[in-house]
Amino acid sequence: MSKLSLIVRREYLTRVTKKSFIIGTLLAPLGLLVYMLVIVGLTKYESGSEIKVALLDEAGMVRQLPDDKGVRFLPAGNKTLDQLKTEVREKQIDGVLRIPPLGNFQKKEHTVFYYSDNKLAPEKSSVIERKVAKKIREFKIDSLQLDPKALEMLETDIAIDPEKVTGTGEDDSKYTAGVGLAIGGIMAFIMFFMVTMYGAMVMRSVMEEKTNRIVEVMMSSVRPFDLMLGKIIGAGAVGLTQVVAWVVLSGAVMFIVPFFVGGIDPAQMQAPMTPGEVPIDPEQMEGEAFRFMAEISKQNWPLIIFAFIIFFLGGYFIYSSLFAAIGSAMGDDLGESQSLTLPVMIPIILAFYITAFAGMRNPDSGLMVFASMFPLFSPIVMPFRMAFNPPWWQIALSLVLVVAAAFFFVWLAGRIYRVGILLYGKKVTFREIGKWMFYKG
Amino acid sequence: MILSIQNVVKTYGNYTAVDHVSFDVPKGRVFGLLGPNGAGKTSLIRMITTITAPDEGAIYLNGEKLNERTPEKIGYMPEERGLYKKMKVGDHLLYLAQLKGLSDAQAKKQIDFWLTKFDIKDWWSKKIEDLSKGMQQKIQFIATIVHQPPLLILDEPFTGLDPINTNLIKDEIRQLNEAGTSIIFSTHRMEQVEEMCDYIVLINHGKNVLYGEVQDIKNQYKQNLFRVEWQGELPSDFGQQFSIVKEENHAATVKLEDESQSNELLRHLIQKGLRITHFEEILPTFDEIFIRTVAGEHHPMHKVS
Repeated sequence: MSKLSLIVRREYLTRVTKKSFIIGTLLAPLGLLVYMLVIVGLTKYESGSEIKVALLDEAGMVRQLPDDKGVRFLPAGNKTLDQLKTEVREKQIDGVLRIPPLGNFQKKEHTVFYYSDNKLAPEKSSVIERKVAKKIREFKIDSLQLDPKALEMLETDIAIDPEKVTGTGEDDSKYTAGVGLAIGGIMAFIMFFMVTMYGAMVMRSVMEEKTNRIVEVMMSSVRPFDLMLGKIIGAGAVGLTQVVAWVVLSGAVMFIVPFFVGGIDPAQMQAPMTPGEVPIDPEQMEGEAFRFMAEISKQNWPLIIFAFIIFFLGGYFIYSSLFAAIGSAMGDDLGESQSLTLPVMIPIILAFYITAFAGMRNPDSGLMVFASMFPLFSPIVMPFRMAFNPPWWQIALSLVLVVAAAFFFVWLAGRIYRVGILLYGKKVTFREIGKWMFYKG
Repeated sequence: MILSIQNVVKTYGNYTAVDHVSFDVPKGRVFGLLGPNGAGKTSLIRMITTITAPDEGAIYLNGEKLNERTPEKIGYMPEERGLYKKMKVGDHLLYLAQLKGLSDAQAKKQIDFWLTKFDIKDWWSKKIEDLSKGMQQKIQFIATIVHQPPLLILDEPFTGLDPINTNLIKDEIRQLNEAGTSIIFSTHRMEQVEEMCDYIVLINHGKNVLYGEVQDIKNQYKQNLFRVEWQGELPSDFGQQFSIVKEENHAATVKLEDESQSNELLRHLIQKGLRITHFEEILPTFDEIFIRTVAGEHHPMHKVS
């Protein structure tokens, strides 16, 4: 076995067999499971016990309302308001809902009254408002003798579909941005996660070897470059193992959850609606989802996955080698790491913001084109842009640049590392690190 | 000759750590690499172990210029030595042995041999962080020699060792040396130099200031001092005939102009009717040689513009 593969194997095995790794890998999906069960539980939670409400429909507009959300409606019959109020006082019913006549049809606001000594829960009150509004709308349609079908015909959804004037190829739609953002977002998240967790792990591990002085023994057996590269590859493999384990386990969790709670009603997963908001039509939602899926399937997935892997590896190597270089320059003082790691984190955060703001406004702007070429940004920015079908040469150039940069940064970090790792008891400045790059063998 | 250092120069920025140093390390002997802190010993060792490369000059191991196979032929125990604390003893030794080019089977055999020899065979699956410091030092020593290198470089091997471990390691070093292993021994502990070393080189300010066989150097630095003890009364004119460096009760240290005068001194005392109970030539200790050589020089810092 070559020395590099020996190093990679050790770096990998010592980490994946650690208790903290195993626990972290298993616990995160378990946490997700608990989180989802709690969310589902919360949405199913009925606020308060069922209440009985007498419905006093003075103008006969509503007649009856279906029971919902722990509210049972009782017809008032021939009882007067005062009689009903007495029933409330005697605790036979919880409240009285009085719907006065409408009067002027043009008036948009209409007030109904609720008599009770107990407060009406916000959720219940919004349910009642929505139901009464719907009934009154039906009443108005009926009274005005309108054709409900004709009314439905008035509704129109507009979607701009941009078409290319010159050249051929796939065109974009308004869903492209969503898909692009999703791809870019996932990429940015994985990158950020990998770099902060495992880049930092490379840094810590380099520091550890330096401070516990094993490095001098190691250096007399292997080339410093091999040790550094072995560390980067080993930690990266650990990261990938964890990500894959999480994806698989989370998938299993998603699969398991419905068995626990007996299915999730998507309508219940929505945040509570503000009063007056029209509920989303399930059919319309299905249409949106269908178009989104169509947009997803329209993407050139083999290319995206290929580029994704290259950008991911490129980004990981660039940033983790920078972390390795910083780790080698640091002394025993952990406080130093703060000031030295910040400059490495800034480009990652910047790339994310560029994507989120400039990218959403115009994915082909000059800034975006530059950012998708610049190797410190491109692993996050370019996957986003790829959803908008940029010219192929831009993708190719960006890939070439990120690979070249990865090699360059690993080489550069190696030059810093071999000097820094053997230097003890000195506070290091960036200027000094710069000098190390030019030291001879 | 196992190692030959030829006109080696190493600079860091504009600081010259090793300045045109040359010496040979004879095969199968214990060779002391001496010098005060910051003299350039570590820089030199790092070049021999191929951690760094010389800017000028060349180093030959067994007549072969240092190359990427060199580390497999050298066992190096640095002064600052650590272990992977989270690893198990066996895994740690196996890893280092394999990095030194041993196959899995060879490595296991060797580790087994040494663990048995040190009577710590049941440590294989113990975590290093659970071992005491003395135990860890044994592991470090095994890690250094596990690949049976023909050249062993030990940088202050006894610092931090308790007397029991010191003797244990000393014995192992001697046995290895008797079996033919050449040893470079870097230290400032001069009593250890006299005890262990056949040859030495003394480095100061990056330069080779003293080099040779231990006995030769001692003779070269001797000041013809003799110590004599007697019974009886010393004649009063003794001080006029010989220069007394130090006078004690029935004993004196005398400095002679020439070592051939030693018989004359004895004859003189015997003729005066004294009974000689003790007579010896006082050779300089390495402590003295070290201090005289190092203090005698006042090199400015070597700067390369």
